[in-house]
Amino acid sequence: MSAATPSAAQAADRAIYGLLVEFEHPEGLVEACRRVRDEGFERWDAYTPFPIHGMDRAMGIRETRLPKLILLGGLTGLAIALLMQWWMNAVDYPFLISGKPLFGLPANIPVTFELTVLCSALTAFFGLWGRNGMPRLYHPVFKSRRFRRATADRFFLVLEASDRRFDLRRTQEFAASLGGVHVQQLEE
Amino acid sequence: MSTPMQTMVVDPLDNTAEDPTRPTPLVLGGHDFTSLTDKVCGIAETPRPPRAWYIAFAVTSSLTVMMFAMIAYLIFKGIGVWGLNNPVGWGWAIINFVFWVGIGHAGTLISAILFLLRQKWRTSINRFAEAMTIFAVICAGIFPAIHVGRIWVVYWLFPVPNYQAMWPNFRSPLLWDVFAVGTYATVSLLFWYTGMVPDLATLRDRATKKSRAILYGIFALGWRGSHRHWHRYEKVYLILAGLATPLVLSVHSVVSFDFAVSQIPGWHTTIFPPYFVAGAIFSGFAMVGTLLVPARKWFGLGELITLHHLENMNKIILATGSMVGFAYATEFFIAWYGGNPNEAFAFVNRAFGPYAWAYWIMVSCNVIAPQFFWFKKIRTNTLVMWILYIFVNIGMWFERFVITVTSLSRDFLPSSWDYYKPTAVDVLTFLGSFGLFFTLVLLFIRYLPIVAMAEVKTVMPAAHVHGEARPVGDYHGDIDGGGTTRASKEVAP
Repeated sequence: MSAATPSAAQAADRAIYGLLVEFEHPEGLVEACRRVRDEGFERWDAYTPFPIHGMDRAMGIRETRLPKLILLGGLTGLAIALLMQWWMNAVDYPFLISGKPLFGLPANIPVTFELTVLCSALTAFFGLWGRNGMPRLYHPVFKSRRFRRATADRFFLVLEASDRRFDLRRTQEFAASLGGVHVQQLEE
Repeated sequence: MSTPMQTMVVDPLDNTAEDPTRPTPLVLGGHDFTSLTDKVCGIAETPRPPRAWYIAFAVTSSLTVMMFAMIAYLIFKGIGVWGLNNPVGWGWAIINFVFWVGIGHAGTLISAILFLLRQKWRTSINRFAEAMTIFAVICAGIFPAIHVGRIWVVYWLFPVPNYQAMWPNFRSPLLWDVFAVGTYATVSLLFWYTGMVPDLATLRDRATKKSRAILYGIFALGWRGSHRHWHRYEKVYLILAGLATPLVLSVHSVVSFDFAVSQIPGWHTTIFPPYFVAGAIFSGFAMVGTLLVPARKWFGLGELITLHHLENMNKIILATGSMVGFAYATEFFIAWYGGNPNEAFAFVNRAFGPYAWAYWIMVSCNVIAPQFFWFKKIRTNTLVMWILYIFVNIGMWFERFVITVTSLSRDFLPSSWDYYKPTAVDVLTFLGSFGLFFTLVLLFIRYLPIVAMAEVKTVMPAAHVHGEARPVGDYHGDIDGGGTTRASKEVAP
């Protein structure tokens, strides 16, 4: 149905990034998110000063795959640590000290553990910002002065113009019906 | 029957009365999201901090400069400027290292372990405690680096190719230490910074000056509170907490291996790892308290860092202090029960030998002082608790002194015994490390959000969306794998 809208309409909307709806309380935002999700929107987002319980479900966010990536990072650290200790102390520069074996798990576990944790943590850190597309110092939402309160005490919802269902007039009506205190057009 | 009357007249900022039928309010003073943001950001936004800040900064930065001067002198002259002698080859450098790295542990306990245990009261104090961790680890890192003597080849500690074609010995606890402390410093920093990004974004969005907006903006990485970002953020925060928890236990265990893996009487014991970890948490909480009690008073944060928070910390100090006392007793018992004459001598020598004065300072400060926290009146009196924190700080430094020096100064052969005394350089370097620590704390208070605003907001009643089962908001608690998958299936196109 929205696909029936010709590309001419899209060209007119090109400069528009989306519609910003502002809420005063988290309840209103969660309720609105459920409606947007049920309406079938795909390219939209909610912006809040803190994570709200129940939002993942209200927005239908898929479980992130970061934990698997972090496990992979940790296993890499483990392998590097074991190989490094074995090669350095038993192959490349073997020397006997106190009759200890050149390579034996008990004495090599602490460093292995530490490098596993280190690589997992680095993967978690860089994976998080990488998947979030950050650092990204410019974003269309930053153009709105009202949006500055998104990191303090206000709750926002953005319906993006790149969504298949986005049609400026009809989406504006829909946005106004979501129960926010203010609706604003965001430029790209 | 007079209890209800009493509850009516108590101080509105006293939330230490336990009522099991309802959760203790963690934020007092009728704050909403707006006023909370104003309050916390206000500290970092005042154009001029109070005069006391400048005075404190002048003192601490002078001490820092003195420390670097002492280090320069040490590098120029050599390790001989310290009081080390033949049996006591490990002096204040290792004592200070263990002291500082132990202090850091409370920050990780508050930020990671209490998080995994869902102790919501941690939200008001975790930022401060994590900052303290990082500053303490910085101070700790200085001592092993300078104690190597030839500091220009300090890179031999790391597995970096060098001109002698040698690799470090991975079977030595001293090398485990390099990896443990290095990992600990890195992970603590990542955890602290990750937690701070949303609050840096708050400071960016409130900035009135361009320069502040740009600086905070860069460090906020463009955070805009997107819920798709929060979703990953919460997951990663949980995983980082899960990683930091075994890490913090491993770090002080490895530090204790520096002693326990050797054969010196008094060091060669299996009790060291748990005993060191308990002591680390004990000393760390005392240091958090030492900083928090005045900070909360000067910056009017009593409504966020409430008496309930301080009381909880005091209970942890009581518990870990008792563990430390128990460990001292166990050491003595095993020294007798183990039947090793050298071991038995080492402990009798600790308590009644030439360093008995240090031993009894340690016992009074670490075993007796925390026992006062059995009394609620003392647990909730900020002045008395602060004095007790100071005792614990002193006691825990002396614990490391007693362990290191008594065992080394009188080992197996009486002919090699000697009494160890520090020099002025030892003392001034250690004093200077306090200067560095407090300088960093003062800069942190001046420029960064000292309370984790985003986290505190979630434990306020207004954050709670009606219809949800939990009575209070739940930061990072929205990790409900099954639920979200089901929801996403519902809307899958």
